[in-house]
Amino acid sequence: MTRIIKYVFYDILRTRFIIFYTAFLLICTFAFFQLDGDFGKVVLSLMNVVLMAVPLVSVVFTTIHFFNSYEFIELMLAQPVNRKVVFLSEYLAVASSLCLAFVAGVGFPFILYGAWQPISTLMMTGIFLTLVFVSLAFFASVLTRDKAKAIGIALLFWFYFSLIYDGLLLWVIYSFSDYPLEKLTLTLIAFNPIDLARIIMLLQLDISALMGYTGAFYKNFFGSNLGILFSGSLLTLWVLWPILFAIRIFNKKDL
Amino acid sequence: MNQVSLELKGGKSYALIGPNGSGKTTLIKSMLGLVVPTTGNILFENVSILNNWKYREKIGYMPQIGRYPENMRIGQLFEMMKNIRKGNPKVDEELIDAFKLYKIFDKPMHALSGGTRQKVSAALAFLFHAPVLILDEPTAGLDPVSVEILKEKIIHEKRMGKLLVITSHILSDLDEIATEMVYMFEGRVQYSNSIETLKRETNESKLNKAIATLIRQRELLESVTE
Repeated sequence: MTRIIKYVFYDILRTRFIIFYTAFLLICTFAFFQLDGDFGKVVLSLMNVVLMAVPLVSVVFTTIHFFNSYEFIELMLAQPVNRKVVFLSEYLAVASSLCLAFVAGVGFPFILYGAWQPISTLMMTGIFLTLVFVSLAFFASVLTRDKAKAIGIALLFWFYFSLIYDGLLLWVIYSFSDYPLEKLTLTLIAFNPIDLARIIMLLQLDISALMGYTGAFYKNFFGSNLGILFSGSLLTLWVLWPILFAIRIFNKKDL
Repeated sequence: MNQVSLELKGGKSYALIGPNGSGKTTLIKSMLGLVVPTTGNILFENVSILNNWKYREKIGYMPQIGRYPENMRIGQLFEMMKNIRKGNPKVDEELIDAFKLYKIFDKPMHALSGGTRQKVSAALAFLFHAPVLILDEPTAGLDPVSVEILKEKIIHEKRMGKLLVITSHILSDLDEIATEMVYMFEGRVQYSNSIETLKRETNESKLNKAIATLIRQRELLESVTE
């Protein structure tokens, strides 16, 4: 398995995309530091980048990479190598290189400015979001043989979770505003990894007071150890289910 | 494919023949586990190949259209394959030498012509002394000199008692190489016997004529039964 991961890594490094991605994150983070010296505000600005750009980059890069390495996958499957191993190697190599790029791009400026403490949550959620969307993109890639279609499905996932879902959620809250909705919204949030990440980060930033009663309710829930455990395991579930389904489909796929 | 039942024995060489789209490549791909059958089973040395992968150590495969990582160099590709198949310590680089591939080891795969690509595929298939060789249209796209080199190599391997499965449309090539024939048509095995028997049954001395006669006989039979 490590042998195959090595070759996939080698292939990823050669496309230089990961280097551009790291550079982009570095420039963003440095720019935010230039704009404002307050770490809290830098983290808040970065949060929006993390919530929008990280899933988008993960989704697009993963699908394109998968279809570009189709020949490699085909070649490997005619060799004495387990299908699952080939697929998992692809997943691990893509996910870890994207995570590394994120950690390096965002983490490096913070170390330079001597602020390690406030970004641990940002790092965690960024890594989780990368893993979730790489999983979803792999799932989209095995659903079809057509590259354009796969990218379309993967982008739809991104679009749905970052825009459409929130719209629906707002609509629900607005239409049923006469009823107590705390528990319902809490449940609905569990169905969207980006919302989960957003709330975890907002609560860490201590601006939940701005959100009124609901904010206090969330703070009460997500701030507790149980809440962290809850959101952490939910995000893990979001990483696991798409990739497990993808492996199942891939095992039966004709090449 | 539909109701295919075949038994391939070691030491023999099989010619897989049939019109375009008759399922030859699909049959080969299912033997390799690249295509998973919806029903039925495939046994290799009495062990099912479904969800199994170790058996592929014993197979050398030359695809019809060799698809390789495009930005890899030929040398890197060979290094990688040796690295992936570490179970076979000794490698057979005869074809790399014969095709003079070492001269172009630093060429990237996307710059190769169809024929050179075919040479790379052939060299890879023979690289690991695999006791089973599956060759899908091995001579297509090769120049006459290389065809002769490859044929000699195939005959040499056959003499060493390996199981060969070859598809080709150039029947005169198969006449020299194969001893058994499997004829496929519309996803079914229509005829499977030794070439000697086929020639005797059809009273022909050349394989291409024998097959033409066989097909004509079949068509005649079908028109009668209809």
